[in-house]
Order: sequence, then structure tokens, then C-alpha cells
Amino acid sequence: MAGVPATISVRDLRKSYGRVKAVGGVSFEVQHGESFGILGPNGAGKTTTLEIVEGLRQADGGTVSVLGLAPWPRNPALLPRIGVQLQASSFFERLTAREQLQTFAMLYHVPARRADAMLGVVGLEDQAGTRTEKLSGGQAQRLSIACALVHDPEVLFLDEPTGALDPQARRNLWDLLRQISAEGRTVVLTTHHMDEAETLCDRVAIMDHGVILEDGPPAALVRRLDQPLRVSVESGLLSADAARGLAGPGAAPDSVTDDGVSLTIATRDPGAVLAGLADRGALAGLRVSGATLEDVFLHLTGREYRG
Amino acid sequence: MNGGAFRSLSLAMFRGFVRDRVALVFSILIPVLFLLLFGSIYKDSGTPRISVIEIGRVSLLDQASASSHGQLGKLMTITRKGSLATALQDVRAGTDDAAVQQQGGTLVVHYSIADQVTAGVVQAVFASLVQQANQGASGRAPAFQLTTAQVEDKSLKAIQYIAPGLLGWAIASGAAFGAAITLVTWRQDKLLRRLRLAPVSTASVVMARIGVSLAVAMVQLAVFLVIATRPYFGLKLTASWWMAIPVVATGTLAFMSIGLLTGAVAKTQQAATAIANLIILPMAFLGGAFIPLDYAPAWIRDVSYAMPLRYLVTGMQDVMARGEGPASALPAIGIMLGLTAALTLIAVRVFRWDDI
Repeated sequence: MAGVPATISVRDLRKSYGRVKAVGGVSFEVQHGESFGILGPNGAGKTTTLEIVEGLRQADGGTVSVLGLAPWPRNPALLPRIGVQLQASSFFERLTAREQLQTFAMLYHVPARRADAMLGVVGLEDQAGTRTEKLSGGQAQRLSIACALVHDPEVLFLDEPTGALDPQARRNLWDLLRQISAEGRTVVLTTHHMDEAETLCDRVAIMDHGVILEDGPPAALVRRLDQPLRVSVESGLLSADAARGLAGPGAAPDSVTDDGVSLTIATRDPGAVLAGLADRGALAGLRVSGATLEDVFLHLTGREYRG
Repeated sequence: MNGGAFRSLSLAMFRGFVRDRVALVFSILIPVLFLLLFGSIYKDSGTPRISVIEIGRVSLLDQASASSHGQLGKLMTITRKGSLATALQDVRAGTDDAAVQQQGGTLVVHYSIADQVTAGVVQAVFASLVQQANQGASGRAPAFQLTTAQVEDKSLKAIQYIAPGLLGWAIASGAAFGAAITLVTWRQDKLLRRLRLAPVSTASVVMARIGVSLAVAMVQLAVFLVIATRPYFGLKLTASWWMAIPVVATGTLAFMSIGLLTGAVAKTQQAATAIANLIILPMAFLGGAFIPLDYAPAWIRDVSYAMPLRYLVTGMQDVMARGEGPASALPAIGIMLGLTAALTLIAVRVFRWDDI
């Protein structure tokens, strides 16, 4: 990307809270129009990183530039060009959805009618007169995103946008977020949902213990993991030995497992395995699954539970 | 600071306040109910009226009553009874304040010292009645005459103390709670952080909150004045009552700064409410809001000088009820502004944008 300055450029970012090192030397760039995800378990340092980039916190070290400007100290030239959705829904008490949007519109010197347009964009026309306390989780999140977008910012920051939503509301919100990034806006989001990162992000950085472990497009990260494909069929269609034969001479001894429901073959030569299964007429219940971002994530961050 | 941000934030806060039933109840409804209650209870306490039993015929009393054109009726109610024994029983029980009988040229007044103030009034009233009668009998013009003039407004009644006192308490709690709760809720809801990321100056946010609190305080003042000046309650505003407006405004600022400090220290709404209550409620008793300082024990009067509420209440009383000039409120205004400046400085030092 030589020549085109990155929309966001972060270099060797460091931040500690007392003795706890939250961010220990993070660097990344986000290009114009890109959707960038910061992925990591709880306490990985993603929110701190995002807050420093937004300008909510001062870094202990390193440099941050957003649209060519430094976000810290609070930069009034930058604020109108970024939109921020915080983890919690930060609304004025006892106002309706429309009044919230109008209030934010006025804060950004945007005509109040833009607020009504935004209600349409996020599909909340029917809730215009509803107090925000009475909105469902998904609706509140949509309104929160509308408030972040009301002044048409060039860069949008989303901190755990689908945090506590049910599956329908999440998918619903994904559609909206895809639409927003399709408009050419630069989006930076944090999440701990792999499927969300895979669906929404052009590029993800996997973060843990305050550092970025890997970054790249989700598909590339998965490919880099170089995991065998898993082919499974119904149990009882063929013996484990026959299955091992199909997996090829190079397959590991534990490449075939049978749990009584499915027989699964892990292979790097799926063509041969599938052809062999077809020859034996053993294709009932066939499923082929590759590694996902989740595998990459678990491979990098380990499996222990951290609350 | 920009006009749009100030307007939109003020509007948002004002709507939030008007729609908050609890806030409305505490800042307007309860003080008004207190006013109605205390106003009715102490309505007539300004002119104590004594009830007198007339035993047999008391010509002195009948003549005085006839010649006073109803003036005596304002001072006492007279009931007739035949028996001295039952009359004395009533006076002893406190049902009536005095029993009177006339024996030739001697007026005998039976009274109880259970209530010393009433006992004094009874004696003074009948002493003056006898004196007037003697003077009338002498047929000469009196050599000396006494004219008295009260230094306060002539109509000074309990309402003149009650209304500014309760109003002071209402304004103090409205301003302190408003500032504290807004600050804590906005921090808890992360709205403060959100505003920090909007092109809004801290001044706009603070000015909007001040504007809303001032508006609420002025509504409280107006409601109180309208109710207390009804003839039923009988508040008579003195000439420079308008000076109560700047007193209320500076009082609002002073108690907002108390609320600001409370909100900066407290982490939750419950904590903020508790702290503000701990500050405001004792102050209402010690600062002359619930107990008029003129009638309060000496130690309360001494302590009251350390209570910011004292300056709000007495500042209002001086210009609204005591008939003092506009300048009389200036010391109170100065003290409250000084307090505002000091507390705001401290609040800014302990202020946090968010909980972490």
C-alpha cells in the first residue's frame, strides 16, 4: 500500500494499569474502506487498544494516528470524523429513540431530519417514539450504531457490537454492519465471536495478553493453520481399518475416529477420501469441514478458560 | 462551547427531568405538600387567640366587646357558663384559656400557667381592658399613650418563615440531587465517555446542567410563591422580594456544587442518593429550613452559620418577608458563590470520566 497513507496507523502501542500490562507493543494499520477486527479472549487488551485509538485513553508509549491526526489529547478536529459505539448502550435517560438521535445529531451540528433518516437506515422507524429503556437488546444496539453514524463519520469504531444479543438479533445486526462497510466506510471492531469476525472483517488481528499474535484476512489465517480437512459419514458404513486405508499412507494413526454416531477421517487429500467413500457407497450423512477462525484462535491462545 | 450542543443537552436533560416522576415528586410535590401542611397548621399562630369563659354577667367584658366593633373578637372567643366549678375545670384541662367573673368593681381572672405564653397574654389583655375601663370612667384624655410597631412586616405570620424555609430545602435538594445523580448515571451508562468522543466541550455539558437546574429552581420558586401568597396562607411579599431570584440562583449553584462533589465521589446512584441525603437532611434542621432560627435553640443558631442552607433561607427571608432592602441579600449571595467556587474546584480534582 505504498504511497497511500493508512487511515489508521498504530505503532508499538503500550499501556499498563499499575503493574498489569494491558497492551504490550501493538502495531497495525487499517486502510481506507477496510473492515478490521480485533479478536481476542476477555482481558486480551482489545478494548484498551480500541480506547487508545479512539482517544479515550492515553498510551504509555507508541504512536497512534487516525486520519493523519493524533487522537490524544482530545482532538476536536478528529472527533467529528469518527463515530464510536461503546460496549454499553450510552443513551440519555428517558428519551425516545428519535430524541436520542436528534440530540446526537445536534451535538454534531447535523440537521435533526438526518436523525429520522438514520432511524430508517437501522430499521427502527416503528420504535421512533419508544423510550430507549424499553427497546430490546438488538434494537438498542441498532440505535447505538445509528447514533454513532448520525454525523456520517469516515471511521466507525464498534466495541463488541453484538455482545449480548441472541442469534437472530446478531445476524440481523450483521446485515446492517455489512451494509455500513459496503458504503466504503472504514470500520474497526472488537469481538470475541469468531463467526462475527469471519463474516464482517476483511482483516483480523488475533490478540492475547496485550500483543497481536497474528493478523491477516480470515481465510488466510485459516489456511496458514494448515489443518487437515475432516470428512465424516454415518457410523457403521465402513470399518475403521478400511477408513484408515482411504486416508492414505501419510495419515496419522489417530486420523480416523468413530464415536458410534459418525466416523471421521482427518485428511490432507480430501479428493482421494471422497472418491474412496463414493466407490464403497458410504456417503450417507457426509459432512466435510475445514478449520475455522476458531481453530486458529484456539491454536494461538490456548484452550484454558479465563472467564 | 457551542450553542447547538448546549441547546440539545439542555433539552435532553430537561426532558429527562420532566419525565422522571421520582425527581418531580421529590423536588416539587413533596415540598409543596409540606408547605400546604405546615402552612395550614401554623396559619393562625401569628395572632394567638384566647378562649375565655364568662361566668355570670361580666359587664366590663360586654361593654368592651360592644365598643370594640369586633376587634375584641379577633383577640378572644367568649363563651358563657353558669358554674364557676365547671369553668375552672375547663381552664385546668386547657380546653379554655381563662375564666372571668365580676364581683362589683373587681374583675377576677382565673388562668392556668400550664402554657406560660397564653397565661401572659391572658393577664396582659385583661389588665389593658381594666385600664381602658378606668380611663373611660375618669372622663379625661389619657396623659400617656402607647403605640407599638413591629419591626418586621406588620402581617408577619408563620408562613413568612415557613415558605422561605421549605423553599430553601426544596431548592437545595433539587440542585444537589440533580447534579449528583446526573453525574453518576451518565458515568455508569458510559454517556460521559460517549460525550467525550463527541465534539462537545465540558463547558457545554456543565452549562446545560446548570441551566436545567436553574430552570427547575425557578419553577419551584414560582410554585411556592403562587401557593403561599394565596389569602388562605397569607404570605405577604415585601418590597424587594425580587431579590429572592438571585438568591435562589446562587443557592442553586452552591447546592449543585455539593451535588457535583457527591457525584464525583459516589460510584452508584444509591451511594449518591445516600450521601446527598446525609448532607441535605441534617442541614434542613440545622440551617433554619424546618425550624425557624428565631425560635431555634441557641446551639442550632450557632451551628447554622456553618450550614450553606442557612444563607439560602435567611437570604430569602430577609428580602421576601422581613422587608429588608435588596443589599441585605448580598452577603448571603457572596458566601454561596464562594462555596460554589471552592467545592467546584475540589469536584474537578476528584472527577472521573469513567469507573475504571
